[in-house]
Amino acid sequence: MLVIDDEEAIRRFLRVALEGQSFQVTEAVTGKDGIAMTTAQKPDVIILDLGLPDIDGLEVTKLLRQSTKTPIIILSVRGSENDKIAALNAGADDYLTKPFGMGELLARLRVALRRVIQPINESVYTDGDLIVDMAKRLVTAAGKEVQLTPHEYEILITLVKNAGKVITHHNLLREVWGNGFENDFHLLHVNISNLRRKIEPDPTRPIHIISEPGVGYRLKGTE
Amino acid sequence: MLNDTSRPDPDELLEKVQAKEEEEKRGKLKIFLGYAAGVGKTYTMLESARQRMNELDVVVGLVETHGRAETEALLSGLEIIPRRQQIYRGVNLTEMDLDAILKRKPQLVLVDELAHTNAPGSRHPKRYQDVEELIQAGIDVYTAVNIQHVESLHDVVAQITGVWVQESIPDKLIDEASEVELVDLPPDELIKRLRQGKVYVPEQVGLAIDKFFRKGNLIALRELSMRAAAERVDDQVRTYMDDNAIRGPWQTAERILVCIGPGMEGTNLVRTGRRIAAQYGSVWFAVHVETPDDLRLSADQQDRLTSNLRLAGRLGAKVTTIQGDSIATALSEYALQNHVTKIIVSKSKRRLSKIFSPSTSDKLLQLSDRYDVQIIAPTILEQKIKPKELHQNRVRIRPYLNSIGVVAAITVVNWLLHFSLEPSVLIAFYIIGVVISAVYFGPGPSVLVSFISVLAFDYFFIPTKHSFADFQYTLTLLALVAVGIVISYFTSRLKQQTTISKRHEQQMITLYALGKELASLNDIESYVQAILKNASETFGHNVTIFLPDIKSGASLTPYGSYAKTTVDEYELAAAVWSQDHGKQVGFGTDTLPEAKARYIPLTTARGKVGVLAIWTGENKTVLTVEQERLLESYADLAAVAIEGILLSEEAHKAQILGATEKLQSALLNSISHDLHTPLVAVLGALSTLRERSAVLDDNARHNLVDAGLKEGDRLNHMLSNLLDMSRIEGGALRLSEQLAEIKDLIAVALEQVGNRHGVHQVNLKIPDNIPYVLVDPGLMVQALINILDNSFKYSPPGSPVDITAQLLGERIEIKIIDRGPGIPSEDLERVFDKFYRLQRPNSVAGTGLGLSIVKGIIEAHGGTVNAANQPGGGTIITLVLPVKTLKTGSKLE
Repeated sequence: MLVIDDEEAIRRFLRVALEGQSFQVTEAVTGKDGIAMTTAQKPDVIILDLGLPDIDGLEVTKLLRQSTKTPIIILSVRGSENDKIAALNAGADDYLTKPFGMGELLARLRVALRRVIQPINESVYTDGDLIVDMAKRLVTAAGKEVQLTPHEYEILITLVKNAGKVITHHNLLREVWGNGFENDFHLLHVNISNLRRKIEPDPTRPIHIISEPGVGYRLKGTE
Repeated sequence: MLNDTSRPDPDELLEKVQAKEEEEKRGKLKIFLGYAAGVGKTYTMLESARQRMNELDVVVGLVETHGRAETEALLSGLEIIPRRQQIYRGVNLTEMDLDAILKRKPQLVLVDELAHTNAPGSRHPKRYQDVEELIQAGIDVYTAVNIQHVESLHDVVAQITGVWVQESIPDKLIDEASEVELVDLPPDELIKRLRQGKVYVPEQVGLAIDKFFRKGNLIALRELSMRAAAERVDDQVRTYMDDNAIRGPWQTAERILVCIGPGMEGTNLVRTGRRIAAQYGSVWFAVHVETPDDLRLSADQQDRLTSNLRLAGRLGAKVTTIQGDSIATALSEYALQNHVTKIIVSKSKRRLSKIFSPSTSDKLLQLSDRYDVQIIAPTILEQKIKPKELHQNRVRIRPYLNSIGVVAAITVVNWLLHFSLEPSVLIAFYIIGVVISAVYFGPGPSVLVSFISVLAFDYFFIPTKHSFADFQYTLTLLALVAVGIVISYFTSRLKQQTTISKRHEQQMITLYALGKELASLNDIESYVQAILKNASETFGHNVTIFLPDIKSGASLTPYGSYAKTTVDEYELAAAVWSQDHGKQVGFGTDTLPEAKARYIPLTTARGKVGVLAIWTGENKTVLTVEQERLLESYADLAAVAIEGILLSEEAHKAQILGATEKLQSALLNSISHDLHTPLVAVLGALSTLRERSAVLDDNARHNLVDAGLKEGDRLNHMLSNLLDMSRIEGGALRLSEQLAEIKDLIAVALEQVGNRHGVHQVNLKIPDNIPYVLVDPGLMVQALINILDNSFKYSPPGSPVDITAQLLGERIEIKIIDRGPGIPSEDLERVFDKFYRLQRPNSVAGTGLGLSIVKGIIEAHGGTVNAANQPGGGTIITLVLPVKTLKTGSKLE
């Protein structure tokens, strides 16, 4: 686990908390060091601060993505939707706004790690009462088979493949509808709304498909 | 009586002290006065400058050595400011570089040939104006000039020498100089030097040289210059005596008034007035009486009048124009009011029409014996160079033709009537004709009518028909002629007077209207527009106002649509100069006369406001005296008005600033308290844990950690609220709008609020027809969180919270209803105010920012928010959002 952050207080607190969870932690203070250590040590997950002294975190993300697929979790005080979208588009896997709870960070870390350790290539995804069998194209919620339109199914599969990770509206639209539909948010909202009605126990308070307002959607994912 | 008045008036003393202070800031002027070229002015000037070289920072602004070696030798070791090149009509002229000297700022500068005329395109037409600016800037000046250049002696010198010197300097300069040194050389010596070729003779004098350097001339000039220098000494003695409260028996309180008309003699009159005033050391007035006759002045006469009045102003007179029917009456009245002791008038050329009326001077003497009257004869010289008087009163034919028509018409009517009426009755009809002509066509035509009427009546209606025999009727008709003349005279006078007073009335009305219009406006922009519009209509010229730009710090910025195209660097410089020096400059003045506009500084008692420009130079029109006066009134009105509005804007700003400061300090107090409290709890918990960990049991440690966490959370919450608020208030709130589903937003908000304030049952009543809304999702969720947070916080745990949404036409109304204690009705309005917290016994901690953030966010979306109480308990927060749709068509499956 590599922590790239220039603030000592944050690094120390992360080290204590993460080592307490028996993760191995290495630290880098600058973006350059961070990139060098990534190549040298090949960490499983990178925790990256956007406000670095030498290179902006966004730049670091882009540079890292040229050589590695290691999950990157962004920590930043910049909390606006545009910042989040920019980070995700640059190739980050997740985004947490400072200050954050340790529980939240650990949950995101586990999701990321799970994708590293066992990529979702098995054909059946299970999260509570939601079962998605990709081989049979079968979706079951609360024990009942759910009929989905092709687009709804595509959305769900895209989210399942990236379980735990925020998929921006933009990417989701391109993934499902293809190029040229990236800005048709309305289309996506309607489909998500319908999808939720079919798979969520209470569509007004969804537990599977979580909205990141102004950014995208995320399948909550099992830890 | 002498004893009573021997002590100086305190006000006068104060004025003197102030004048002295003023003078100390100004530079000192020393004039080396000579009576002819070659007496050694430049040489003497350089020598005295050299004596002061060691104690003062001396530079040479401009010195003409005319190649004389001994003079050139004196220049060595002195710093010389390079001359400025000026190309005029392809000729390269060099002039003194005024700006370079001002920039160099020496203590003393030498400037030769004070009366020099600068090349066209220079800032000032005359070098003495450059010198005035140098003095103004606090630089001492040494300069040299010959006596024949002194304005008031101009014509005296011309009379003596027969040479008309073009260049002149105002007497004021000699008067105000701190020192005048006479540079003398016996005339014989001078003539000797001239013969030896040691005297530089200006080219223009070339031909007149023999005439000029005659011994007799030189002696007279020398005496003149000595007298001028002596008078100066006199002045110094007088000032000294005044300063020290010494009164001499010669102290006369003469006050002199010069009556100025449009005639050629005006210039001479002005100069004479100034000379007499200088001899007595008295104040003097230059007064023009505007009579109905002024309406008939030709353009040339107008110009001459204006320039005479201006000359008087330059020579130190108080210049006034008064109105009156008769020159003598008005003048006498003015003289008595101003305690004038001597009135100077010119010998008037008697017009034939006034042969029987007393002359102005006679009338003045008849009216009062409290002043003397001095009559000045026109000088020979002026008679010599007097051009042909242009009489612009062109005879117009039409009125005469009309009047003949009138007579013809009356004759026809009379012919028809004369069978039944007496001839004496017919005469009455002719009288009507005379009156009509007098009223409508003027005096000439009415006299003509009288005569023709006589002839027509005699010819057609006298009983001995077609003859001129009857003497009786002829007599009657002669009386008719007299009637015609008298009536037409009075009518035309009346008409002229009416015209004048109408014009004055018109001007008053214009100014009044402007004043009234300004009173109804309240910002500077509309003020300026109103003044511009009014002024350009009144004067028939484009008008621009220059005001300092506070924001950009630029000294002056032009206002008015006309300015955009015409204000170039030169014009702007003229405006700035006018403002800096508080003087009228530009076209029609002596400073920067090549400018396209006349610049009038807008000054008030408090200071400079800006500059008014009137673009008269574009079609080369000269303003009349009357227009100039009106323009000055305009400038005064504009200055006061603009200053007023600026002051009130300033006061308003100060008021707002004061209120803001008060609010800010209150906020700061409140915030620092709110931020400190949780921090104290966190620090307390942590330090207890570190220092007393060993003695605490698990339970106590847990409690401490929980308390610390909770307070940390609160601090975090508060900080993000503050940040949100500052973003909203700082205007940094930029909406990145996206289509979002209300239900979705509410769900996210609910999840984030979580169970922070206990578990509440949330009932959503949101119909399916609610459209997607175009909002900034992040901000909207934030707003919802803040509302829900409040609702949960203030209502008992477990109580239900209802959230409803409904479509009302083009708007969506969202209500969040809790079962809490509600809000006291007097506070309903204020809960959205910043830092407003309800005063409750068991007050729940908070920043008092939550709802004001909600308000900020919702209003940024074009919506509204309000609070109400639910009958039976509970608070209803209602959000109303406009339904906005995406511009691109949405594709639905």
